[in-house]
Amino acid sequence: AALKDALRSQVSAALKEGRVTPTELCQRCLALIKSTKFLNAYITVTEETALKQAEESEERYKRGQPLGILDGIPIAVKDNFNTAGIETTCASNMLKGYISPYNATVVQKLLDQGAVLLGKTNLDEFAMGSGSTDGVFGPVRNPWSYSKQYKEKSIPKSHSEDKEPDWVISGGSSGGSAAAVSSFTCFAALGSDTGGSTRNPAAHCGVVGLKPTYGLISRHGLIPLVNSMDVPGILTRCVDDAAVLLGSLAGHDPKDSTTIQDDFKPFELPNLTDVSKLSIGIPKEYHAPGLSSEILAFWSKAADLFKNAGAKVVEVSLPHTRYSIVCYHVLCTAEVASNMARFDGLEYGHRSDVKDSTESMYAATRREGFNDVVRGRILSGNYFLLKQNYEKYFVKAQKVRRLIASDFGKVFRSGVDILLTPTTLSDAAPYTEFIQEDNRTRSAQDDILTQAANMAGLPAINVPTALSERGLPVGLQFIGRSFQEKQLLTVAKWFEKQVQFPVIQLEEVKRHDSGVFQQQKSASFS
Amino acid sequence: MRVLSLGRWLRAGRVPPRGRVRLNSGHRHSGHRPQAPPQGPAQVPPRQKVSVEVLDHLEHLALVDFRDSEGVERLQKAIQFADQLHEVNTDGVEPMDSVLEDRCLYLREDDVTEGNCTKELLENARETVEEYFVAPPGNIPLLKLEEQNTYLQGSK
Repeated sequence: AALKDALRSQVSAALKEGRVTPTELCQRCLALIKSTKFLNAYITVTEETALKQAEESEERYKRGQPLGILDGIPIAVKDNFNTAGIETTCASNMLKGYISPYNATVVQKLLDQGAVLLGKTNLDEFAMGSGSTDGVFGPVRNPWSYSKQYKEKSIPKSHSEDKEPDWVISGGSSGGSAAAVSSFTCFAALGSDTGGSTRNPAAHCGVVGLKPTYGLISRHGLIPLVNSMDVPGILTRCVDDAAVLLGSLAGHDPKDSTTIQDDFKPFELPNLTDVSKLSIGIPKEYHAPGLSSEILAFWSKAADLFKNAGAKVVEVSLPHTRYSIVCYHVLCTAEVASNMARFDGLEYGHRSDVKDSTESMYAATRREGFNDVVRGRILSGNYFLLKQNYEKYFVKAQKVRRLIASDFGKVFRSGVDILLTPTTLSDAAPYTEFIQEDNRTRSAQDDILTQAANMAGLPAINVPTALSERGLPVGLQFIGRSFQEKQLLTVAKWFEKQVQFPVIQLEEVKRHDSGVFQQQKSASFS
Repeated sequence: MRVLSLGRWLRAGRVPPRGRVRLNSGHRHSGHRPQAPPQGPAQVPPRQKVSVEVLDHLEHLALVDFRDSEGVERLQKAIQFADQLHEVNTDGVEPMDSVLEDRCLYLREDDVTEGNCTKELLENARETVEEYFVAPPGNIPLLKLEEQNTYLQGSK
């Protein structure tokens, strides 16, 4: 079995049949993590515990009693999920050295099914950002920066052969998770999605990024950013794998009262062949200013794909789309101001040496622990929540939120099943270019296409579609009805099969994957 | 790769631009191309100046400081950005707290199911005494603006 293989269809079978052992898989992934260290995708690599978990899994396979499809599968978790006994930093000085005393529910579920936790991945500080460039452990590099496909298209800066390419960002804020999955160091990773933080890096790194419906997966143990919009995100290399992960994670959690109580039944995705009963909506407002002509072309081509296959493709309107980013800005900063209040140095995390008074200790701790982005959002949020501003900004934003959510409601009630939109405005930018603008401006620009789904709590998925002129991945987004993940993923899987997105060609992976090196095989099992 | 127009899907009476449209990828694009619908505000809202008193008040509330002019500038920009909200007509619209508002929030039984983890919880705190978290003396308000030696004092 190769590291490239799809989890569900190939690796699981290989493990069951003994063609590969969990420890082998784990060791290969750990070795690959070491040789791709320059990507800076991981903050913490839990080598010892991973190997131990792999050994335990191997025992279970030997006895013929694996816990399930995820037994022995190496996975990575974004560093804003609590993991017992493992440092959880949120890429911030505030939580450096913080060892969680408990596992987030989603982490616990994965471990209960025998998954092997390789480590915690890098992110923007406290998941605020759209590039994974603003954490204290440094930026995450997009593995595609080092791919044959990108290098071939790059204009060489000098005649020197070993000049480092102008590496591109991985997107954010779950950039580390996306880079980890994209570079084959794990089979799946957990991210979080508040404004597009799972789908954005998924698009830039050429992997599948699923944002489930709000209320489907427990947020217990996910360090909160915006309680009314956060969801744990799933990053995998193919849609089938995303369905497997979803099946293991979804369901009511008594520890998270915002999870719905409906019974969730894990599903296997059917192989859709007939799309004639589908109605695909193309929201015209998603033709946003700044959308690259390349992505516009891919979007158009995708629409044609569905039409030619017999589906009904219609233009729809979501009139309040352009206000969604403003609305998000107000609601996000307001909730952040509240959620960040817990970091005062008293019970956990960084604590300042200032001892004069409680308040001065809190203030100093927060000054030392938070970066500019976080502090900026806290201050803005507090401004919008001031008595004199509350109605004008916060409540107003809540009203606009209802308008945005009802836009979607109207469209889905008119008979549209799935919306098809671009995920990002362009392919990944070079790091040097990206950092020219500040975090807030970038987030406002980059979240524009992904953010509204969080406002309305709808499920959305990025499916890698094709490579851009520069040899970098471009993805398209599907948005579905609330709690209709099965339909959403079925359509996404059909689309994935049609586009046959190329496999990334990385030198490091070639070296480690002594198994069959599949040339240009699609990311999904064919 | 042939570039196809999205025109078929995004009609709605839009006028194709005059003349040839050169795309970034260098392909010549023929046929209808939908004009990007007008996005963003009609005009940028006027910049409101935030008084030093309010800035100081915010620092006290948030227990986070602006540190320098960039911090204050960031806030000004954030407010200006948020002012776009006022273009939207929300008469008769109720604020939305949660997308799950049409469901009941359940309450679990008031039974103790976990706890007794004092040791684990105290482990992460830097200063503890027996089973207490230790804080510096309270009831001492943060220095008023006049008494501070901060950036805001300088900008007053």
